[in-house]
Amino acid sequence: MKTIRFVYIFTFIAFVGIFSSAFSPLSKSALKPPSSDVELLGAGASFPYPLYSKMFSEYNIKTGVKINYQSIGSGGGIKQLMSKTVDFGASDAFLNDEDLAKMPANVVHIPTCLGAAVITYNLPGDPTLKFTPDVAADIFLGKIANWNDARIKKLNPMVNLPDMPISIVHRSDGSGTTFIFTDYLSKISEEWKNKVGHKTSVDWPIGLGAKGNEGVSGMIKQTPGALGYVELIYALQNKMPVGLLQNKSGKYVEASIKSVTAAANIAIPVDARVSITNTDAPDGYPISSFTWILLYKEQNYDSRPEDKAKEVVKLVWWMTHEAQQYAAPLIYAPLPKEALKVVEANLKSIVFNGKSLL
Amino acid sequence: MLFDQKNKTINNREDKKLHKVLLFEKIFQKSLGLTGIILIIILISIFITLTITSIPSIKHLGIKFLYGKAWNPVTDEYGALPFLIGTLLTSLLALIISSPFALSTAIFLGEYYPKGLVSNIFKNIIELLASIPSVVYGFWGIVILVPIVRNLETQLHVLPYGVGILTSSIILAIMIIPYSVSLSRQVISMVPPSLKEGAYSLGATRFEVIKKIIIPHTRSGLFASILLALGRALGETMAVTMLIGNSHYIPKNIFSPGNTMASVIANEFTEATGSVYLSVLIEMGLLLFVVTTLINISGRQIIKRYILH
Repeated sequence: MKTIRFVYIFTFIAFVGIFSSAFSPLSKSALKPPSSDVELLGAGASFPYPLYSKMFSEYNIKTGVKINYQSIGSGGGIKQLMSKTVDFGASDAFLNDEDLAKMPANVVHIPTCLGAAVITYNLPGDPTLKFTPDVAADIFLGKIANWNDARIKKLNPMVNLPDMPISIVHRSDGSGTTFIFTDYLSKISEEWKNKVGHKTSVDWPIGLGAKGNEGVSGMIKQTPGALGYVELIYALQNKMPVGLLQNKSGKYVEASIKSVTAAANIAIPVDARVSITNTDAPDGYPISSFTWILLYKEQNYDSRPEDKAKEVVKLVWWMTHEAQQYAAPLIYAPLPKEALKVVEANLKSIVFNGKSLL
Repeated sequence: MLFDQKNKTINNREDKKLHKVLLFEKIFQKSLGLTGIILIIILISIFITLTITSIPSIKHLGIKFLYGKAWNPVTDEYGALPFLIGTLLTSLLALIISSPFALSTAIFLGEYYPKGLVSNIFKNIIELLASIPSVVYGFWGIVILVPIVRNLETQLHVLPYGVGILTSSIILAIMIIPYSVSLSRQVISMVPPSLKEGAYSLGATRFEVIKKIIIPHTRSGLFASILLALGRALGETMAVTMLIGNSHYIPKNIFSPGNTMASVIANEFTEATGSVYLSVLIEMGLLLFVVTTLINISGRQIIKRYILH
């Protein structure tokens, strides 16, 4: 009996010893390089998640800094930043003046890459169709209901368009893709702006809802005559037919990494809060958008250590510079030169106790 | 003397033993009660949290939330009626579709083959239905069921969406079958043999025994099994979201696309920006909670009042 008890006590002491030594700061600093003590937390948009996760794993290899990013959606990211439970938030939509006023402190927007929404459809022969802004808007308003409508025919004289109803498929879940698509429609169509407006989910005049890009594209592939919108990445990866869209300069633009980056190569306001849908850029694809990382301008809050603040700013600088090389292989559009100027100025404006961190 | 003393120590020892046993019994009973109380506390606190977090929505919309038909996040106008109708319609339709299957399977397993290889195979397969994740049901529905329903719709000359109320009801029906089968099978197999034997000895056929003895005797249990299945159907989210078409309008017929309360929450919660919008979705959860509770309570009343007496 006694020996058994002794063994128990001994193992207990041994465990306590192992655990306390494993978690004591002394042994930790002895085992790893000093910078790896910093662990950064981020949360937000799911659209850039594949790119971010690639970037963060590369950054971890390079510097030892661990970044934990939760892709819970833009709304969640903003909420978590608001309650100061994360080091940075990520969002597909910038904060409007009203939301910005609700934040507990000044927030800086840093664009990291670009995405786009494309119009895709299911027609026999998978033709590449041309759309003008007003035709696109009227299709989604339900005013053009058949594929052999004269206005679609006029734009695509070479394509044999069938007598088939157009079934609209849209996202049923709230999403950044819906935000930029409806933002575009609101800019080009007065009727859309008044009737529907733009948000992460809206009151669609017609059509079916499907969950996620995969749901929308699945339903389009299954339904002859269907038309909807998905993320550019998704359409390219799944080799779906993508419509050419006429931009502000009158050009029919194919959605590609190049044309999306081109869309952002315009003068950008200093706070980087800008919608670039219906861009002025002559070669730009009109349904493009930045995705942002959100940071507090004053990094000294909730008694955070200074090196944590420094690491966050360093990370975002790296993401917007060296790490841009990872964007194109994953079909994200990298930042253009014009945007980079704003990024640099904004990152330099981030301070700790009023002192710049870069 | 010596004998007496010995007896005393034995008594004393037994007392101690008894005391120990009694103490254990007491602790056991208390801990059982405690777990029960914890469950009740959790339920009540969920209700309270839902109510408190839906206050902004209740303030903004008032009673209009219950009968409003609009759902517009841009202008902050929300009405739960289309979703309420969608939820009730899909669940009831699923019950109507599944009940004949569930009942006949339960009679088959409870009365004809209560034991043996056949019954084991059946039971296991039906229980397996309950363990398939709902996203798999949804996926299967998209790939297999939607084209079938679309064909049917083209032949009936309604708009061939493929997805909609009917499609999600069929999937729901398959999903809830194991719940009603397992309970009703047990109820049926528990009918006292003396009753059945009495009927047989009076010359009743098997069908007559089922009709006149088993079903009347198990009515309340069968109804309870249907209720259990209904509870499952009301809250099902993923498979329904994938198959219902997610349209924010009141369905015109069973082929129309619609939406349910659970699926609108799942769809819009992650990107719900703005305090009213988020709060509206939470109030929708509260409404679903209340509806489920009401249905359960009224079901129990029906059992008490009409079936037991």
